[in-house]
Amino acid sequence: MGKPIKIRAKIKGDIAEVKALMEHPMESGARINADTGEAVPKHYIKEVVCKHNGNVVNTAYWGTGVSKNPYMAFKFKGAKSGDTLEISWIDNTGDTSTTEIAFK
Amino acid sequence: MNLRRRALVKGLLVAAAVMAVPRWLFAARPDAAFNANDADAAITDAFGGPATESDQVMLKIPDIAENGAVVPVTISTDLADVEAIAVVVEKNPTPLAALFELTPQSVPEVSVRIKMGESSNVRAVVKAGGKLYSASKEVKVTIGGCGG
Repeated sequence: MGKPIKIRAKIKGDIAEVKALMEHPMESGARINADTGEAVPKHYIKEVVCKHNGNVVNTAYWGTGVSKNPYMAFKFKGAKSGDTLEISWIDNTGDTSTTEIAFK
Repeated sequence: MNLRRRALVKGLLVAAAVMAVPRWLFAARPDAAFNANDADAAITDAFGGPATESDQVMLKIPDIAENGAVVPVTISTDLADVEAIAVVVEKNPTPLAALFELTPQSVPEVSVRIKMGESSNVRAVVKAGGKLYSASKEVKVTIGGCGG
């Protein structure tokens, strides 16, 4: 089970601005462990799904080129106070994390 | 005969069910595109064709990235009916870094932080109204962010 996702979301007019910070090593498989001399296995988030009141508003597909402890930001229309926003990710090992917040 | 008809009816029902599901741009993550070693191949694998340069695609990324492990990128566009936005780093081992699938509810602006192994041209690809558009920028990396 992955660490909870830090979500900052605010509504400006009709537009919701969402920023999310995930805690994840995002290992590309190319990094060499200095102690063992072996490559650190690939370990990265493959997919992030963002839902507004249960409806998908943004799906991010990622490769190994996304930085460690990934940050993403996106915007969408039609959110209002009290609506829910759920963000979840799944990585290449099958580990997942889901966090839900309500808009203020 | 009767059995064959059963199978046919069943087949038609399955086909109808499949068609009734809303058609997403990507049913799943386009793994081949993420595994591609070449920027053009990655874009073709993800979107089915090459993109044309457009000044309506805005790519915000530093000219010089001091740390290639964390390079902030923001892509936005004035184009209408945006379906997807991708970030491609030409000289990374696997150039396709991120692909965002948007919905009609989306505002076409996404940000993400990417890794860059070395100085490279970075491309933003936008799929809007079924067509592909792109913008690119050369980014100089002082310290690479892939091997480590």
